[in-house]
Amino acid sequence: MATITPAVETHGHEHDHAHGHHEQTFIQKYVFSTDHKVIGIQFLITTLLMLMVGGALALAVRWQLAFPWENMPIVGKLFGVFQGEGGQISPEFYTMLFTMHASVMIFLVIIPVLAGAFGNFLIPLQIGADDMAFPVLNMLSYWFMWPAMFCFGYSFIAGGATAGPANGWTSYPVLSDIASASPSSGEAQTWWLFGLTLVGVSSMMGSVNYMTTIINMRAPGMTLFRMPLTIWSMFITAILQAFALPVLTAAGFMLVFDRLHTLLPTSIHSVFFVPAGLVVNNAAPTVGGGQPLLWQHLFWFYSHPAVYIMLLPAMGMVSDMLACMCRKPVFGYKPMVYSMAAIAGLGFIVWGHHMFTSGMNPALGMTFMTSTMMIALPSAIKVFNWIGTIWDGNIQFNAVFLNCAAFVALFIVGGLSGIFMAAVPVDIYFHDTYFIVAHFHYVLFGATLFGVFAGVQFWFPKMFGRQMHDGVQKVHFVLTFIGMNGTFFPMHLLGIAGMPRRYADPYLHGYLEHLLPMNQFMTISAIVMGFAQFLLLGNFFYSMFYGKKVGRNPWGANGLEWSAPSPPGHGNFDVPPVCYRGPYEYSGPEAVALGQDFILQTTAPPAGVKVAAGHH
Amino acid sequence: MKKFWALFFWFWPLVALYVCLIAPGRNWWFPSKPLSTLGHQIDGLFYLILIIVTVTFVGTEFALGYALWKSAVSEPGKKAWFSHGSHKLEIVWTIVPAFVLVFISLTQLDVLADIRVLSRFPESVKEAPVAEVMARQFEWRIRYPKPGTELMTSPQPGDLYFVNEVHVPAAVPTMINLRTQDVQHAFFVPRLRVKQDAVPGLIIPVWFEIEEAGDYELLCAELCGWGHYKMKARIVAESPEGVSAYLTRLEREQNEDGVQEAETASVK
Repeated sequence: MATITPAVETHGHEHDHAHGHHEQTFIQKYVFSTDHKVIGIQFLITTLLMLMVGGALALAVRWQLAFPWENMPIVGKLFGVFQGEGGQISPEFYTMLFTMHASVMIFLVIIPVLAGAFGNFLIPLQIGADDMAFPVLNMLSYWFMWPAMFCFGYSFIAGGATAGPANGWTSYPVLSDIASASPSSGEAQTWWLFGLTLVGVSSMMGSVNYMTTIINMRAPGMTLFRMPLTIWSMFITAILQAFALPVLTAAGFMLVFDRLHTLLPTSIHSVFFVPAGLVVNNAAPTVGGGQPLLWQHLFWFYSHPAVYIMLLPAMGMVSDMLACMCRKPVFGYKPMVYSMAAIAGLGFIVWGHHMFTSGMNPALGMTFMTSTMMIALPSAIKVFNWIGTIWDGNIQFNAVFLNCAAFVALFIVGGLSGIFMAAVPVDIYFHDTYFIVAHFHYVLFGATLFGVFAGVQFWFPKMFGRQMHDGVQKVHFVLTFIGMNGTFFPMHLLGIAGMPRRYADPYLHGYLEHLLPMNQFMTISAIVMGFAQFLLLGNFFYSMFYGKKVGRNPWGANGLEWSAPSPPGHGNFDVPPVCYRGPYEYSGPEAVALGQDFILQTTAPPAGVKVAAGHH
Repeated sequence: MKKFWALFFWFWPLVALYVCLIAPGRNWWFPSKPLSTLGHQIDGLFYLILIIVTVTFVGTEFALGYALWKSAVSEPGKKAWFSHGSHKLEIVWTIVPAFVLVFISLTQLDVLADIRVLSRFPESVKEAPVAEVMARQFEWRIRYPKPGTELMTSPQPGDLYFVNEVHVPAAVPTMINLRTQDVQHAFFVPRLRVKQDAVPGLIIPVWFEIEEAGDYELLCAELCGWGHYKMKARIVAESPEGVSAYLTRLEREQNEDGVQEAETASVK
């Protein structure tokens, strides 16, 4: 089903400016905008800034691991905050650092930048719609991020600055459940849970919007198999969000109810996750009846699909960008679609691989191992197809391409390291060691984030009508690539050496002492990598105002978005788009006939020429 | 410049490989050879996967670099290969990895069962665990049964207690009951390749057979609070006689009440 979008003025929108060119106030146009492009850019800027916050937290973690118990540079002397510890990172502060690093990166950076920023900006443009199906809901999905960020931030005040949420982003009860278990398990943990729930609300709103828009609002001729892989990935991701997130929300509510009596003494006090008879830190024995493992099952039932939510959109975008930069079609378009669907589907039945040592029934270990091994297969197929896409291409060696090639190269590492952990006996050794940390940083940073860097540069001209400076992006790429590998590759070796995660001072244990120099090298690499991000931010904000101006299609790409003006006005398209072909007909006979190596999906074929319907 | 990028993408995997090759020599590798019977199987599976993964890594990264190189050295503006894919290739690179992955999982199942499934534990250990290891913020509390009796789930008069040190017999299959007094912890002995989460409300049997006498580091491997990093303990594996002697000494010390009486049984 596709709707024809008429010219700019009249829409199905029933809100303030449904009548002609109504002058919008600054607030309506740029703050509480319902225009998907503005909302997408709002998400993008917010998440880029939160990236720096999450990165700063990580650098503090790295500082402690390289120079244990030494005074923190710069912030060590911050008045009032670290006085009690004399400028050092205290053990409880350390537990907060890695908790908030992960929480910020996962919930305030990666998930919103992929779905919120790129999903919002690209979906209507790439399918030929004038906006999302539910523009007001869209606006709300962005603005719900701010109360979420407020809750995460307030948890520091509630708990005291050195006792922010500190029970891991995984927040396992009983540690996160009982107030006496840790200094952060009082109010701070409850506010963290509120923040998490609000992020979930924002995601859910987005997911509903994206599914509806993609199903209902495609331009004429845009069949499902003529959609760019970006749209397929956003669609599949939205389905994942819709089915998985309610489980996390439910679990979050259960944990809040377990804990609410610490915030409001006469309120509800459930014990979903607390068995009877525990004596935590000399508090009164627990009343109990609950099961700690229940949280793990509910949490991972969402959080495993979440990792695919944090990967699939980047996979889709990279496919689009590689086809464009290699001037040839995506190799194996349908296998790519089916692989993404398989990853998503299988992603629902592998959550137990986070729990192999948890004490759950070993028979479950066997079933989860098999499904986890199988999920490597569609990922492998995608890697082969990306290499096939690049093969024999006319490669444009710009920073967009380099970041996409890095995506493939580093995703290979992340995917292969996953196989060790999928094997249960081997995972018994690697669970909760740095091997796991290496794995997920390769897939989240090496793959997703490099895909985001590429996407920012690739779609920047469409967002702002100007180009980012490619030379600066190339320097950013080299520094980030080297820094990233210097930081995270050695973590595989640390894991093999048996260095556990979440340790403020691993060198207390004799068999780990010799790993200090390696950790120092990793910290220096991380610092280089962290500061390199200022190049990206600087290039981004500078180019927004002073970058070289470009027209509709500076890259010679095929998607519908490149037929709209740069930046598109309200309603997106000045000529209602009709789709005549698939998204990747680079260097094909139709393009060559026009004397180019690309042909927009919206370019009508010469009269009398029959264009194959759908995609082969 | 284009060739530079192609070489860049060939260079970094070589660096990664080199680092992995020199790693064992520099002790950036397992803390020791596995010193338990199950540990040997775990390491064996690890090396099997390592070989498969290394071959795949080299193959794919080389192919990626080669794709870049090919374009970098071709004449500028050469038209790209207009191909939508190859059905045959898709079949090949679906079936082959699928077989490899299924093969890997099948080789793991037996070992997994040996480690975890109670009915496959050695007969001798199922009779009685040698000790109860109770994790707590931030220490390991050990409870041995009174010598000559079996360990009961609840503490018995005559049970012997110690903290952060577990004495077990070497070269004999041994089982401990893992519990926790408060939050989740995990019993991790790297040299033995043993790891098991301690779950509040559960008693989890963990078995192992330590091959050589000696001291083995025991640490916590599940975030349990600010002191997670300092739950340092050790497993002392010695001959069964040595363990008996230790327990006898422990019993005597525990029942010591300062009264010096020759030849009298201690007051309990």
